[in-house]
Amino acid sequence: MKRVLETTEVAGQSPNWLLTRVDDLVNWARANSLWPMPFGTACCAIEFMATAASRFDFARFGMERQAFSPRQADVLICAGRLPFKLAPVIRRIYDQMPQPKWVISMGACASTGGIFDNYAMVQGIDTIVPVDVYVPGCPPRPEGLLYGVLLLHKKIKGESLLDPGLRDEPLLDEKGLRLPPERIDEISEPFGNSIHQFRSA
Amino acid sequence: MNASVDVLRATFGNAIGRAIEVCGDTIVYVDRARHLAVLEWLRDAPDQRYDYLVDVTAVEYRDRERPLEVVYFLRSLERGADLRVKVELPQDGELAVDSVVRLWRGADWLEREVFDLFGITFRGHPDLRRILMWETYAEGHPLRKDFPLRGRFSRAEQVRQALGANPEAHYSMEELSIAEAYQELPQDMRDRLRRGERGTIPHSE
Repeated sequence: MKRVLETTEVAGQSPNWLLTRVDDLVNWARANSLWPMPFGTACCAIEFMATAASRFDFARFGMERQAFSPRQADVLICAGRLPFKLAPVIRRIYDQMPQPKWVISMGACASTGGIFDNYAMVQGIDTIVPVDVYVPGCPPRPEGLLYGVLLLHKKIKGESLLDPGLRDEPLLDEKGLRLPPERIDEISEPFGNSIHQFRSA
Repeated sequence: MNASVDVLRATFGNAIGRAIEVCGDTIVYVDRARHLAVLEWLRDAPDQRYDYLVDVTAVEYRDRERPLEVVYFLRSLERGADLRVKVELPQDGELAVDSVVRLWRGADWLEREVFDLFGITFRGHPDLRRILMWETYAEGHPLRKDFPLRGRFSRAEQVRQALGANPEAHYSMEELSIAEAYQELPQDMRDRLRRGERGTIPHSE
């Protein structure tokens, strides 16, 4: 803006036009007014609240209004572990959100199941909904979540209105799954310390 | 050792098994056929008055020879006394005991939880359904020792079943409504509700 001002003031008049690309303008607007839909199930939600509160204050990045209704939300932030009982709930909330929409998986449990490699817990919400940004941590500090939000900004600013695949509604397939079953089993496999986790019969 | 144990032995004879003291708490084993009578007596006898059922839970030991135990945590609010009553259920027999909902209404959900996670049936329970796992859960009872930690089905099958569930089915509209329960409330509570300024009470005369 400063440069535009300088160049046009040569004529002694205020600037009343500028040149940009539609993609840049739209993405700039979208990235800087992300309304989050908090899906807080565990301790990550506490860090999410800290991120929203005055010290870290994600309103600085255009996230002033938290949308507790999926119809008015842009980004679903799953903050915490997701039990199988809540899987249809987060799926329905995701389906209810209007396009364009993004998903941040906050913390180890939402991203991988974390320490809860057991019968009750979804091993990564990417088996339920598509995820744009994974934020590691247990729980992530507010700086971590803010970094994830900034990464999402970067991703949004690289999108193009002309990309037809961008706004495809990712529905469940005829088996009622988002991914092929083999892929879900592969994603859900134990890793790290949890391969030692067993119960003697 | 809690003084109730000696009185129990004098009153119920061989229905009372061994009694032990652990960390200052007394645990008394009771025969499964008589435990309802014993608990009712503990609740009502004038010098016992264990009027508060803190918790009902169950234990399965890693040693497969040992029986499962159903544990009742009793507390006398006026005497400040605690007593833990255990009923043993051998692994090879029927896993069933009489429900104590008739004695303590609060046992309703506690016994449902034990049923859900251990598969122990409570005879005479008014509404013995799963409470933590969803009602169509088909993999078994998760806290049993023979239950695999990650469940019996593959992860893909678990995700498929979970996504196929209807979220509304987790909530019983009947349970969410207290209008039906009004007539069952104690008289003094009904009086208090009627005097309250929270609008009209359904079914009030």
